[in-house]
Amino acid sequence: MNDEYAPPRQSAAGLPLTAPASAAARDSVPDAPAPRRTAPLSVAVGAIGSLQQAIFPALAAAFGIGFDGSGVLIGLLVGLAVIVVSSLISYLAWARLTYTVGAEDIRVESGIISRAARSVPYERIQDVSLEQKLLPRVFGLVAVKFETGAGGGDDLALTYLASAEGERLRQLVRERRDETETPTETMARRDVAKTAAADEAGDALFTMGPRRLFIFGTFEFSLAVFAVLGGLLQYLDTFLDIEIWDLDFWRDLAQERGGWLFELGLYAQAIGAVLGLLIVALIGSATGLFRTFSREWGFFLERTARGFRRRRGLFTRTDVVMPIHRVQALRVGTRFVRYRFGWHSLRFISLAQDAGSSSHVVAPFAKMKELAPIVEAAGFHLPAEDAQWYRASERYNLDSALGDAVWFLVGGAIGGTATALTAPEWTGLAIGIPLVMAGLSAIANVLAWQFKRHALDQTQIMVRSGVLSPTSTIATRVKLHSAEIAQGPIARWRGYATLHLGLAGGELAVPGIPLARAHELRASILKTIAATDFSRLDGD
Amino acid sequence: MESAAHEPGRGEAANPARTPAPESNALAGEAELTKLDPNFVPAMRVEAMFFWVPALIGALIADGALQANEAPVPFGLVSAIVLVFALVFVIRLPARRYQARGYHMSADRLRVVRGILWHSDTIVPFGRVQHIDVNQGPVERFFDIATLTVHTAGTHNASVQLPGLKHETATSMREDIRARIKRDSL
Repeated sequence: MNDEYAPPRQSAAGLPLTAPASAAARDSVPDAPAPRRTAPLSVAVGAIGSLQQAIFPALAAAFGIGFDGSGVLIGLLVGLAVIVVSSLISYLAWARLTYTVGAEDIRVESGIISRAARSVPYERIQDVSLEQKLLPRVFGLVAVKFETGAGGGDDLALTYLASAEGERLRQLVRERRDETETPTETMARRDVAKTAAADEAGDALFTMGPRRLFIFGTFEFSLAVFAVLGGLLQYLDTFLDIEIWDLDFWRDLAQERGGWLFELGLYAQAIGAVLGLLIVALIGSATGLFRTFSREWGFFLERTARGFRRRRGLFTRTDVVMPIHRVQALRVGTRFVRYRFGWHSLRFISLAQDAGSSSHVVAPFAKMKELAPIVEAAGFHLPAEDAQWYRASERYNLDSALGDAVWFLVGGAIGGTATALTAPEWTGLAIGIPLVMAGLSAIANVLAWQFKRHALDQTQIMVRSGVLSPTSTIATRVKLHSAEIAQGPIARWRGYATLHLGLAGGELAVPGIPLARAHELRASILKTIAATDFSRLDGD
Repeated sequence: MESAAHEPGRGEAANPARTPAPESNALAGEAELTKLDPNFVPAMRVEAMFFWVPALIGALIADGALQANEAPVPFGLVSAIVLVFALVFVIRLPARRYQARGYHMSADRLRVVRGILWHSDTIVPFGRVQHIDVNQGPVERFFDIATLTVHTAGTHNASVQLPGLKHETATSMREDIRARIKRDSL
């Protein structure tokens, strides 16, 4: 292997920007560096790896025929065949895979019958990781992985290279990345660092004291404990002799031990029922309070030099730092009851490859005016009072209401026919219930449509939905990755579309808007994306 | 065959009526779409045949079996039904798909239009492309066409595929996109 690597300082002109594609551009640029192969020992790793694959078919063959002489022989032959074939495949794969370390990107061409060529520009490589599993390690080989942060988690990997070559590649990619970094950008970065250093101390953005936690906990009313109890009882059921789910058992018990209960009269029974409900409510609230206190105790969100830092928890204290440039979008949510009292929650949607969850709660329970500074600090803003909200198309409203109701009608028709044939006395019910459901779902759809809206301002797109507990998603237009206008057959016929926006770490779609509006939205969003200079983006 | 089919301004006047939704283009003030390589149609047909030829053979065998058991169906019923489907999927649909597909590459973005019933129109700005693939399956290699895939960091449209390009066009498009990728620190 030639370890000497001369970086071909070929000019960018070698890759014409606008010149018509010519035959010269085929396969590679004219003065491209030579493609290389991975370490030949990779074949050996593949061959040894195939030993594992060979064991099972070999044993299967041997068992199938029986363990007398011929069975063992055939088993061995089968195993050998598997090893030979997979070694051959592993050799061919090695022979057909080449990688090219170019001036601007790394390319890998592979495939025995199909051909796949992947190009990863240095600018997009976030890190190079070297991985050594046991077997490659024995041979002094390393798997080199180029992490780009593509949404599908589909990265470029080279298996295997000699350790030294892997290390050299990593170094090279880092150098290349630094070279491509423009002066303005490094300056912008320094500025950011400076300003960030200034408020190193960190300002508390949002905290929750015991009082707030108490209110929060009350809204977190939960009957989960009863589910747990039920589960426990069922578990006991298998061990105890009594039939817990048998009504007769309880009736007998009540008559035996608590005959007095039946003698108390209606009035006392009503009081008993109310008391029972109160106890359920009390236990439910206590569960909610306990869960909230243990999870959110000492909630402290601050803005530090490295980003947003959140600490919370009573028994297990967690400490999470979310770098500010990783925040892709915000989601303001709420629940049915708390919304009536003006309580909301705020989450950050951040890059998917961040460890753990890609959505981080930064304010679980807050008034809108408390959210505003956090939103500001993340470089977003809440929708202005006079923001122009657009609704989904009325045709979409009608179609989705009808579309959902149709299922109930179909169900009703099937149920109706079935009962009419077998049990005519139930026909009324079998048709009536689906009809009512169809009506209800249509009403729900129409209501939902009222609240399904979106707005666009200078830098953001905001999408809102939900009747009883509205959820808003706020995304920076700059941080969107693609825009797709999708239409099903009905949507095409009726002239509306859904706009899907590529958001890292989450989904963002504007459903059922008129086609013209979809195009208009997409055009203005793309204008922002295309016009945005990287230096400005970094300065955000 | 003409190379550089993706160059805007070329090969567009020849097929103005072929775009799937001309009115939508007019709405958005977007340029006419470029058609894919005509070889895409036979390639799709061959790929469809990999499924439908065995299916047809299976249907013939089924018919034979039915006849042998003296089932009360007219001879060739199953084969006829399968044949109709096969003709639709092998002859008709590839042509329709070809008509419905198109792309446009402008200075800073790639637009991919596809779908007969489920129509979609996707734009990926070059500034958001993470990496680029040019893939060729065996059938595609025979017809000298390729699939260009651009990968983005978004969860939706993590990879946008554009099949049916002449191989040469696909590789030169890759060069163009790569050269225009701007650095950004997302």
